[in-house]
Amino acid sequence: MSEAKMSERTVRSYSELAIGSQEELLYGICPHPLNCGLGLTVGGGQVFPEVNFTLPPMNMTEETWAEATEHYEQMAEQILRRAAALAVPGIVLEFELLPPMTERPEWGAELTALLKRHLKAYHEKYGLAGALRVTPTDIRDQNKPPLMRTGGPWERLHRSLDLCAEAGADILSIESIGGKEVHDQALMYGDFEGIVFALGVLAPRDMAWLWAEIGEICQRHPGVVAGGDSACGFANTAMQLAHQKMLPEVLAAVVRAMSAVRSLAAFEQGAVGPSKDCAYEGPVIKAITGYPISMEGKSASCAHFSPLGNIAAAMCDLWSNESVQNVRLLSGNAPEVFTELLAYDCRLMNTAARAGGALQMRNWMTASDEWLSPQAAVLSPVATIRIATAIVGADTAYHRVIAAGRAAVEILKDGVERQKLRLARKEQQWLTRIDDALTDSPEDEAALIENMEAQYGSVYDKASYGL
Amino acid sequence: MAQFKELYDAILVGDAKKAHAATLAAIDAGTDPMTLIGEAMVPAMDEVGRLFEQEEYFVPELLLAGRAMKSAMQLLRPLMVTSGTKLSVKVVIGTVKGDLHDIGKNIVASMLEGSGFDVIDLGTDVSPEKFVSAVAEQEPQVVCMSALLTVTMPAMKTTINALESAGLRTRVKVLVGGAPVTVHYAREIGADGYSENANGAVGLVRTLLA
Repeated sequence: MSEAKMSERTVRSYSELAIGSQEELLYGICPHPLNCGLGLTVGGGQVFPEVNFTLPPMNMTEETWAEATEHYEQMAEQILRRAAALAVPGIVLEFELLPPMTERPEWGAELTALLKRHLKAYHEKYGLAGALRVTPTDIRDQNKPPLMRTGGPWERLHRSLDLCAEAGADILSIESIGGKEVHDQALMYGDFEGIVFALGVLAPRDMAWLWAEIGEICQRHPGVVAGGDSACGFANTAMQLAHQKMLPEVLAAVVRAMSAVRSLAAFEQGAVGPSKDCAYEGPVIKAITGYPISMEGKSASCAHFSPLGNIAAAMCDLWSNESVQNVRLLSGNAPEVFTELLAYDCRLMNTAARAGGALQMRNWMTASDEWLSPQAAVLSPVATIRIATAIVGADTAYHRVIAAGRAAVEILKDGVERQKLRLARKEQQWLTRIDDALTDSPEDEAALIENMEAQYGSVYDKASYGL
Repeated sequence: MAQFKELYDAILVGDAKKAHAATLAAIDAGTDPMTLIGEAMVPAMDEVGRLFEQEEYFVPELLLAGRAMKSAMQLLRPLMVTSGTKLSVKVVIGTVKGDLHDIGKNIVASMLEGSGFDVIDLGTDVSPEKFVSAVAEQEPQVVCMSALLTVTMPAMKTTINALESAGLRTRVKVLVGGAPVTVHYAREIGADGYSENANGAVGLVRTLLA
């Protein structure tokens, strides 16, 4: 890794892996553990639960604001009481703001302070180490085409990040959407060149710009760290559409691998992890940067299904439930229920690690799912190292995306050849089509940008990407 | 249908250029637009829908077929207006107030359009007032609403109430969808229909208007 100072910020450039061997790519530990929040060290040898929670179906207005805050009081109290009861050694609460809470930054900040108050109380009373991750909604897509760097939505988003940092956030994150306006359309029409354009040209530019801004906010608020991003709007959209049989699994798998390039841009701009839970590209980020990651799998089925239940945990540092509504179940309210699930998941992983069995445990979690689907196949430690190596071996975001895509295709083809991965005929056809598209990809991004003008020129705002 | 096989095949494989050319050739040969629609285009889209249901097609194949259908319809539409032939059913669609998620809504809109419906897409974060204005001005037969967040679902009910208050509710069929929405919720808020996926939404619109 090389570093260059730009103003007060550090801009990193990755040309080699921080974790070069798949045997060293384990859960709970990484080369750059993160000390944050109230005595919490992430990636220092243990996996901790990251609990994410949200409101039940209700209107979000001034009239219902008091009811909303009551829900958050209740959720925080119940989550932390379960964590204390199960002697969890540390916990991260993730507060994902809903759009109205970002639109009105004071609302998000008020809830941030509320949650931090609960974390502090449990830290003081029970010694529970903890941190609060705050994730405002990326609301910049309100115009057509979306304006990413100017206008009211960006100003409100910036203020939301700033106020939440001031109100007690320990980790700032976002699921940013730069390039999504093109990616959505390209994905729906299976336009692979458009997908590459979104992931390799537009998204990395927005990520670099946005994470530089987030880095500056963190610098103004000592103790607040820039966590990381997620390709949720890209690769998870593809994953969910594939789950519904609307898109090929192989396309979703290749998109996942390519999406790591735009998520890496946050770390190039100074993010230190943990990356977002829904960033299934996280292991690639961990291998390249050495910073801790959050992941979600089987215990996130409250929010969405996936073919990655166990394998997703294989290299995690935080283990999350993605999101759960505050609704009543037989045992208790759902956020408390999922805290218990995560706590036991983590306890088992940590027990195995303490007994020297982390590698074995990781391998079992990997073997459980690796060939269940193309999306799991690109998530194994071996596949992770192949994709990460391909990325750092290329020198521009565009070429990195192509390299990651090729690596993913090769992983899937190897799996098929070894008769480990079974693909339906139409999935095979799509894999060949993607392979051909990668082979035919333009030499450089300038040619690609020109190719894309006719189809997508009106879909995105060039100035928003510095083009 | 044999004489229109070129157009049928072009739509089936989603080749808009070939569909356009085949339609032009048929028009030049004096074919009645309704014959072309009834004997080639609708059967082709029905087959596309069947292949999707059978999990032989994914959404991209479906949407490319819809795009090919649309390119053919663009040539036929002016001829139909001139001859006084009734145009297709109008659908207003949007993601409800407070919600910015639109990929599911976009897929439904594209598939409806590809199936020959006249779609007016209001975009995301659409207020009840905007839905009401669109219904008053555009006079659609169907309104489709989408929501991905549990906290924006109630805006569906608010929109239905607004349509009622404006005296427009009986003029339109209201369909709802989105990840957290259920058939039970659709009934509870007084919607006319719910679909858990885009293809089902197209079928539902057809059923409700039959």
